[in-house]
Amino acid sequence: MNDLLSLVDWSRAQFALTAMYHWLFVPLTLGLAVIVGIMETIYYRTGKAEWKHITKFWMKLFGINFAVGVATGIILEFQFGTNWSNYSWFVGDIFGAPLAIEGIMAFFMEATFLAVMFFGWDKVSKGFHLASTWLTCLGATISALWILVANAWMQYPVGMTFNPDTVRNEMTDFAAVALSPVALNKFFHSVTAGWVLGAVFVVGVSAWFLLKKRHVSYALKSIRIASWVGLAGILLVAYTGDGSAYEVAQKQPMKLAAMEGIYHGNKGQEFIAVGILNPQKEYDDNQDPFCFKIGVPGILSFLATRDANGFVPGINDILQGGYPTTNFAGDSIIAPSAQEKMQQGRAAIAALGDYRNARERNDSMAADSALQTLRDNYEYFGYGYIEDEAQLIPSVPMVFYSFHIMITLGGYFILFFIAILILERKQLLEKLRWVLWICLWSIPLGYICLQSGWIVAEVGRQPWTIQDILPTYASISAIEVSAVQTTFWLFAIIFTVLLVAEVSILVKQIKKGFNPQPVKNK
Amino acid sequence: MTLDFSFYQHYWWFLISLLGAVLVFLLFVQGGQTLLVTIGKDEPRKSMLVNSLGRKWELTFTTLVVFGGAFFASFPLFYSTSFGGAYWLWMAILFSFIIQAVSYEFRSKPNNILGRKTYDAFLLINGVVGSVLLGVAVSTFFTGAEFSIDKGNLLSVGEPVISTWDNPLHGLEAIASLPNLLLGFAVLFLSRVLGALYFINNIDDATVYTRSRQSVLYNSIIFVVLFLAYVAFLLTAAGYETEGGSVMERPYKYLYNLLEQPIIATGFILGVAGVLYGIIRTLVSRKYRYGIWWTGIGTVFTVLCLLLLAGYNNTPYYPSLTSPESSLTISNSSSSLFTLQVMSVVSLLIPFVAAYIIYTWRQMNAKRITADEIEHTTDKY
Repeated sequence: MNDLLSLVDWSRAQFALTAMYHWLFVPLTLGLAVIVGIMETIYYRTGKAEWKHITKFWMKLFGINFAVGVATGIILEFQFGTNWSNYSWFVGDIFGAPLAIEGIMAFFMEATFLAVMFFGWDKVSKGFHLASTWLTCLGATISALWILVANAWMQYPVGMTFNPDTVRNEMTDFAAVALSPVALNKFFHSVTAGWVLGAVFVVGVSAWFLLKKRHVSYALKSIRIASWVGLAGILLVAYTGDGSAYEVAQKQPMKLAAMEGIYHGNKGQEFIAVGILNPQKEYDDNQDPFCFKIGVPGILSFLATRDANGFVPGINDILQGGYPTTNFAGDSIIAPSAQEKMQQGRAAIAALGDYRNARERNDSMAADSALQTLRDNYEYFGYGYIEDEAQLIPSVPMVFYSFHIMITLGGYFILFFIAILILERKQLLEKLRWVLWICLWSIPLGYICLQSGWIVAEVGRQPWTIQDILPTYASISAIEVSAVQTTFWLFAIIFTVLLVAEVSILVKQIKKGFNPQPVKNK
Repeated sequence: MTLDFSFYQHYWWFLISLLGAVLVFLLFVQGGQTLLVTIGKDEPRKSMLVNSLGRKWELTFTTLVVFGGAFFASFPLFYSTSFGGAYWLWMAILFSFIIQAVSYEFRSKPNNILGRKTYDAFLLINGVVGSVLLGVAVSTFFTGAEFSIDKGNLLSVGEPVISTWDNPLHGLEAIASLPNLLLGFAVLFLSRVLGALYFINNIDDATVYTRSRQSVLYNSIIFVVLFLAYVAFLLTAAGYETEGGSVMERPYKYLYNLLEQPIIATGFILGVAGVLYGIIRTLVSRKYRYGIWWTGIGTVFTVLCLLLLAGYNNTPYYPSLTSPESSLTISNSSSSLFTLQVMSVVSLLIPFVAAYIIYTWRQMNAKRITADEIEHTTDKY
């Protein structure tokens, strides 16, 4: 069992490493694609050379970033097979489809039109080039759609049924998978977060030009477009963030409890605006979970239940059960305790074994009866692998602090883009050097904000790969821990080197400025 | 023909085989990467070659990724068994593609930390390792692998993994097999032939043209020898046959597959003929620049038919050497009927995808790359 836990931890670490690296590059791709698309559209409509220079400058930075996104992306797809092979069989019938659709619908579009976008300036018509730029953007966005549909399905597994003969879950309703409310919220939340990051990047880099008093007109034009994209993006992020929180409250209450550090829930639950967790706190002791906090009463209840007096369960409530809630099918029930869920999970696993034995003996009566037991208890199948209820609690500090960093920075970016738009309109931006420095230093804040969001979503759902159906320990491949350790370090080294190289190249390209002349080959 | 479960399983094995076949054709990028030194020599010429390939590398890369995704969606048991088991083989392939993905973009950019030579070395490594190991991996569809599958393992809470690999080398053992290596190197030399043919088609430069033709000559000789040796091995090899759930060994299984499926046999012969015609025409007629299409489309036909031989006609496409009854067939490893149907609807998009790829290819390749163009543009690698 220790080996298994260690294997799970290393496999998780490797997935987290590769996914977080990937998520450094993808949002910039999503955001810059929109901004570059708008810039080229202006060039197409006005025909002014300055807009072509502006477009090509940001496009070059887009390309450098895109390459690393591709390099880190390939491993994510194949890793489901290499490191999560049990998962790949158990839910591959549902999970594989979005990945394949992503490839067919999105990746070819991106790859094909990207080449036109970079190298087609003198080879294709202006209109076809513009279309290619937007199709690259569309391809990247569709790609995000399908991978987030896949991710959302892990958080809220709908549209499937368990087949005891093939011993896996099988898709029964594609629309339910593709259009689940969790998927749609996740998609818009993540893509518009990408717009925000792209916008912060463009504003920050342009501010650097203003500080250096270079390309002032180009920089101001870039800032204007990026700020509008950023403002639109952050407002949509806030809106879909609210939707996401509501979905989490309904479907993953443990994640919500961890996000807010709630151990004992209440009606009219307060929303913690700022707080420091008590590091000594264990879930089963009576210590105060907070050393310090400022909360606003009723707000969390309103966000989670759309009723300021609604009940929000805490970690212990979820473990002990006994409060009114709705089950997966949407019926009103009294929440079962973790122990009851674990019993049901074990009953489901045992029933699966009985079913297989009965089938081998051709005893259809026994098979039917076992199958009924399995179906009755399947909702909590994954709890059968849980040995101790404490395993059901994700890391509260990680989720709590990530969540609060994310929303604090989100609030900051709303003010940021409004302020920049006003200052730019009043032509004050160039003069206020301290604001320009803030713009520049907001770039890393954008990355921190987005990485935090990812941590909330993924660490918050632990221990589940598929919510309530399959925990991480039952999802892995049977390989040696040392093999995963080796590939972990290989990825860590190679991705870090690539990141350093990318940043170094980006900085150099930015310093070269807009519209550089070709350099002859030596 | 009824549209039953078996139809969809055969349809998806066809699509997977087609994607694999197109991937091998598009390995001309990898082959070209191994020729940068021999055909490129000086930096301006090398730059032309890199930029010629650089406008296509994403297509190959994407095809590999889509091949993986489609395989996952249609035959998930292969995905979980082979990727999770032959860990090191697949990881080596993936690493070789990770380093490729940045190399074009980064190689000639200032301040790229590692220096141009390193990125060019990455391209060479990807060209050799990627091609050879993909060939090795495909060969295991015929030569098999050491794994066993017990879905009952899911019931054991302490050790729930259903697919286990029975060789501690986790995939590296595939490289030690002579037939696998034959196919691996056959793919490498084929990709070099295709790479050289692509340069001939896409670059307007007398020196590149001459060197590429030489390259076609000696690489195709090596390729033909390796390929014939592999075909001889395959047609004399025994294989598994599934009949009503049981797995039996059958001598000359793949030869019989060829004889019993005349359409596939015809496609295979036409494919090989196409490959050879493109090569020979390029070698005999000076100024001929379209060999890539004959050899490329011939490659698609040949590989498609080879993969169909592996999976059709009650043949397990992934034979298990340690537990024959665990062998993967297109029926025991596929997704559910419903999922295959949904995916089949999505697959109707493929002709549109192919159409826009072909359209943009023609737009972008209408004029050949010249030294002059590369020298006077900022839009280059």
